[in-house]
Amino acid sequence: MHSEVRWRMCEMKTSAAPALTFLLLSFLLGNVCEARQQEPVRAGTKVFTESVVLGELVTQSIQSDGRQAELIKQLGGTQILWNALLDGEIDVYPEYTGTITEEILAGSEIGSIAELDSVLATYGIEMTRPLGFNNTYAIGMKEEVAAERGIRTITDLRNHPGLSYGFSNEFMDRSDGWPGLRQAAGLSPEDVRGLDHDLAYRGLEAGNIQVIDLYSTDPEIEYYDLRVLEDDLGYFPEYEAVYLYRRGLDKNVVESIRRFEGAISRSEMVRMNAAVKIDREGDAVVASRFLADTFGIDSEVYEEGLWDRLLRHTIDHLYLVGISLGLAILFAIPLGVLAVKVKSIETPLLGAVGILQTVPSLALLVFMIPLFGIGAFPAIAALFLYSLLPIVRNTHSGIKSIAGPLMESARALGLPNTFILRRVELPLAVPSILAGIKTSAVINVGTATLGALIGAGGYGQPILTGIRLDSVPLILEGAIPAAVLALLVQGFFDLIEKWISK
Amino acid sequence: MISVKRISKTYDEQVLKDVSLDIPGGKTVSLIGPSGCGKSTLLRIIMGLIDADSGRVLIKEQQLTAQNVLSLRRQMGYVIQSGGLFPHLTARENLTLVTGFLGWEGNRETERINELCELTNIAPSDLDRQPDGLSGGQAQRISLMRALMLDPDIILLDEPLGSIDPLVRYELQRDLKGIFKKLRKTVLLVTHDLGEAAYLGDQIALMKSGTIIQKGTINDIVSNPADSFVEQFVNAQRSPLEDV
Repeated sequence: MHSEVRWRMCEMKTSAAPALTFLLLSFLLGNVCEARQQEPVRAGTKVFTESVVLGELVTQSIQSDGRQAELIKQLGGTQILWNALLDGEIDVYPEYTGTITEEILAGSEIGSIAELDSVLATYGIEMTRPLGFNNTYAIGMKEEVAAERGIRTITDLRNHPGLSYGFSNEFMDRSDGWPGLRQAAGLSPEDVRGLDHDLAYRGLEAGNIQVIDLYSTDPEIEYYDLRVLEDDLGYFPEYEAVYLYRRGLDKNVVESIRRFEGAISRSEMVRMNAAVKIDREGDAVVASRFLADTFGIDSEVYEEGLWDRLLRHTIDHLYLVGISLGLAILFAIPLGVLAVKVKSIETPLLGAVGILQTVPSLALLVFMIPLFGIGAFPAIAALFLYSLLPIVRNTHSGIKSIAGPLMESARALGLPNTFILRRVELPLAVPSILAGIKTSAVINVGTATLGALIGAGGYGQPILTGIRLDSVPLILEGAIPAAVLALLVQGFFDLIEKWISK
Repeated sequence: MISVKRISKTYDEQVLKDVSLDIPGGKTVSLIGPSGCGKSTLLRIIMGLIDADSGRVLIKEQQLTAQNVLSLRRQMGYVIQSGGLFPHLTARENLTLVTGFLGWEGNRETERINELCELTNIAPSDLDRQPDGLSGGQAQRISLMRALMLDPDIILLDEPLGSIDPLVRYELQRDLKGIFKKLRKTVLLVTHDLGEAAYLGDQIALMKSGTIIQKGTINDIVSNPADSFVEQFVNAQRSPLEDV
């Protein structure tokens, strides 16, 4: 439940230093793919539902105006989307003004929308006017409780110190969360506790607590029939939804994007979020209905069946695993041999591939983005690096463990080293090398699911969507095939091992 | 044929101290001594498998160098205790590894293998087995065949019968002696068994702590021991009837 909240939290905590490095690197590497004229317009989204719905909206809007467009859902967090936009990997994505000023352009003092426009312009990025809703922190109560007590605004709470407050732990801790709000609004409730957000909703329903924190477009607002208290102090920062797009898009594409300015109210966004998250309708369907209702646009929505999806994810996944593993084998075996033959690089080389393995896989994926952008390529690069260690190490140890007398016999025959390597050492190390490849392959199949985080597709895609929608069947749609594939890979190598040792 | 001149070698301690040894063509010299006396190290240095710290090795008047080591190795056959057969190859593939590298034609290989089968008393059908399917005695015979494939003038053997059971060893010793004499090979045999050394060797070189302390025929050594160690070594052989 409520994974969006967690995602937003993570995003906001990203510090400025890596962000700047990212900006720099991507700026240097950017501008390469400037000229793509009649290629499809590419939209990206973050990993939470609202972003995906906004992505569907803009994609379908562009398509309905006769231009090809594709959507890369759940591409990643703010930095990934922003850099993808700068690099021209995507042309448009939904963002929030607060995120732009606080995170993307952190450090620059921006007072007005006009200033924001001009700063973005220096990056070659343009921004729509606000779409009509503000997705910021908010304070919520059950509608009936609030109505009963006549509470409409946050300052109204001053007169009701007897209410119980249940805030998410993050909100309790953040200085711009409860500590600041308490001071600014002069609130002194008797009962405030920090708890898990899901429990907060349940407590609200049971009547144990009456006041909670939320995001102002959370679908639960509709589901639990909550009243969002008006921020009459203007305490919470503005998170107006907008679209960011690259300068130089066709005029009619820009029109298709700007059509949403002021067109989506908060309650409409809440309803769409609820339709996806609570009623389990498809993102595309929900977006299509909004377009029809609001603009009278008929957009074609193609709902892929389970088997089609499974096939697509399998192909994507095998592509990631196959290429990265193949390359790893091609490079790792010579590296392992080198580690045996060249004494001076043995320790540094084994150390280096060992260190690669200790880099968390998620981090390694993200490191690849400034170098290779988004999509399958950076994922393959990361998986490649990740697959090296077991193969290098097993090649090295497989050759090293060949009995001394055997090596002596080979040398005593008067054969040159390269011949001995090819005909004696490598064949004798095959079982060990194969075991290394097996380990790499199994790890690779699992790790490749993370590739979906940077738009590489594969079995991670349904898992990611499943987490976003809190849908176990969707998570299993990725997890089960990934597990089966890992077992198949393992079985395949077991068979080869058996066949070789015959 | 083989001439070792003032070889020294030190690992943690000195294993060879200024060793010189000449082996005339067609003769068999048995190198004997207790474990750790340096006899195997000397053999490896002659084969060019390890480098001496000082001194020279001459094979057929040629000094062993990094440049000619491969070709000189091909003029010497080498047999070790455990056979050193490659477990991933069949016996036949073990034999043809080096001839294959040298580009011998199939006919020539087959002919040579048949000759050697006869010589070493191996059934050609045994050659299709992997080494782990061979008995210890068969493995050593095939190891000897491998050493003889290129018909080298020199054979070096490092305790070739050390792990063979007594009956088979007896038979193999007899066959080895016959083969060496028939082929007029120059042989250096490392062993720790005085009986074997005497039976196979025209001469015996007795080593202790990195030096050769006596070289001569078995009669010289038994009747004229150079020092008390040689005497002890000679007397340390047990006769089966000793305690009866």
